[in-house]
Amino acid sequence: MGALEVRNLTKDFVIRNGFKKTSLRAVNDVSFTLEPGKTIAIVGESGSGKSTVARMIAKLETPSSGEILLDGTPSAQRGASLAKYRHDVQMVFQDPFASLNPFHSIRHHLERPLRIHKVARTQKDVDAAVEELLTRVNLTPAKVFAEKRPHEMSGGQRQRVAIARALAPGARFLIADEPVSMLDVSIRLGVLNLLARLQREENLGVLYITHDLATARHFSDEIIVMFRGNIVERGPSDDVILNPQHEYTKLLLSAAPDPKNQGKLRDEVRNELASTATASGEATAVRDRFGTAGL
Amino acid sequence: MADDIREAQAVTPAADAAPAASVVVDGLPPENHTPGIEPDVPITSPDAFAVASTDGPAPKRGLRAMLPRRSGKLIVGLALVIAIIVFSIIGPFFTQSPTSTENQQYLPPSSEHWLGTNHLGVDIFAQLANGGAGSLMVGLVAGTLALVLSLCFGIIAGYVGGWTDEILKFITNVMLVIPGLPLVIVISAYLSTRSLWIVALILGFTAWAGAAIVLRLQAKSLRSRDYVYAAKVAGEKTHRIILVEILPNLLPLLAANFLGAVLLAILGEAGLSYLGLGPSGSITWGTILNQASANGALAQQMWWWFVPPGLMIALFGCGLALINFSIDEIINPKLRQAPAAVKSVRKARKSRATQRPSGPSAVASAPVAPRDDEKVKA
Repeated sequence: MGALEVRNLTKDFVIRNGFKKTSLRAVNDVSFTLEPGKTIAIVGESGSGKSTVARMIAKLETPSSGEILLDGTPSAQRGASLAKYRHDVQMVFQDPFASLNPFHSIRHHLERPLRIHKVARTQKDVDAAVEELLTRVNLTPAKVFAEKRPHEMSGGQRQRVAIARALAPGARFLIADEPVSMLDVSIRLGVLNLLARLQREENLGVLYITHDLATARHFSDEIIVMFRGNIVERGPSDDVILNPQHEYTKLLLSAAPDPKNQGKLRDEVRNELASTATASGEATAVRDRFGTAGL
Repeated sequence: MADDIREAQAVTPAADAAPAASVVVDGLPPENHTPGIEPDVPITSPDAFAVASTDGPAPKRGLRAMLPRRSGKLIVGLALVIAIIVFSIIGPFFTQSPTSTENQQYLPPSSEHWLGTNHLGVDIFAQLANGGAGSLMVGLVAGTLALVLSLCFGIIAGYVGGWTDEILKFITNVMLVIPGLPLVIVISAYLSTRSLWIVALILGFTAWAGAAIVLRLQAKSLRSRDYVYAAKVAGEKTHRIILVEILPNLLPLLAANFLGAVLLAILGEAGLSYLGLGPSGSITWGTILNQASANGALAQQMWWWFVPPGLMIALFGCGLALINFSIDEIINPKLRQAPAAVKSVRKARKSRATQRPSGPSAVASAPVAPRDDEKVKA
């Protein structure tokens, strides 16, 4: 089984301001290899370019430069090559309230990928496949859930449908763009464990995009830390979380609330940053420093 | 519409979501729990999810949720429109020929000629019944044409974007700023013979631009919804995304635009006919008005000649507008809640009056307009 490889991926967005054109580099020279059965987490703050990476891999954005290789071969942005790529690489979106069409039943959402990728041909096969998918994501009785519409379901249930839809074509790689950040805390673990279970069963390669370091560590083998479009740190997840090397990773870790500190930043980070910034302006100060260094 | 659905989400019926303890809603079956990372509160109990749904009606399913709610406006509007359509279909079977000139001229209403006769001795009631079909057909054809054109220009421009958008938007804007009725008058004046179809086509071709602009913006907004991206990732073709994923979500808007276009076309036809530029050789409500005006019905106060066709046009337009209002309430749910809020304020005031026996005079003297804080509570 081949891998999904990303080589020197770069994305520039052109910003038009009247007649002036400026370009913003959202992603700069990102490379990694996602192997089947492995999970890579990309963490970073809002605007760090992690979602743009996801959208480029899902072929919703065209990279400015760089390549995405599936099983060693580059794939086009259109045509039969793209159809083949979509068969293997699927995506779960962040907002389960927006990613399902309010007009259509759950059956429609699952039936379409099955038919497009010719997983099932006759109506009988399709019905059976839809029910099997719903059962696999723990939405039982499947017959009842298949006829529901998105607004009749909770956020967690919708996200399960979104996961089932991504699995429908028989995908080997799954891009999960903050799949639990819009869900209640009580539901998050359920959805994440479901993803982990499916990954084991199907030997899926999962790209897990998140800003939550705790779930990244819990869920993934490798963590990539992105800042302003650049990869600033990468490594096995425990190493990155327990022994962060880069200052931005330390800042990210310190930004996670720690009940012991009662809202204060971790001491060592504070001390390190004390010389450069006031307590309120720390994040900005660090950002400015890396911003000029990184771009 | 999106807001509407999110509100409905709050009252998800847990009754059928969790019919038995074996069904696990949003928690995993126990075997999937990794020891040590279980949440503090067990979340596998279905009861935990049933709390939110104890009150409030179950949301309507599927297409029914998109239909207008039964309201006074809708009932009156539908009654008017259906009554006039039925009259125009069935009426002609029970009347004289609308072209026979055997009767005496200028007869006032009588039991034989309900609305009298005109300057040629034609029964006006027969004309009214037969003219309905012409007017309604012009409305239907022009409305359909305007709808199709606004769909093509609006949705394609909004969804595809780029240069296609620029070109289609330019054409739409040009059509929008051309004054409609004068253009129609000029075109009609050039054509020596005008069939009903020609008039309908002219009216349809000049009435689509406004709707196209609304649809373009709406399609532009729907284009960047996650479910459209999800359909793309699933591998849907562009035409299927437009027709199956985007179009159904525009249905209320399309219905409102269609009714508006029909209404505009019927009024436009009546206006053209009144000016003598309507369909030649056919009878519509507009041509009756034209004849009445040309033969001095107004000066001689022959109300039975010009009031009925005018009233038909006005009532039909009123009916369509009322239906449109109730469609508006789907698109903008706040419109739906406003009357209910006023009603509940009234109810609260009434119950306060009965609770305090000494209070009726105080209540009667209270300001009629509901106070702001009461509105909020309602």
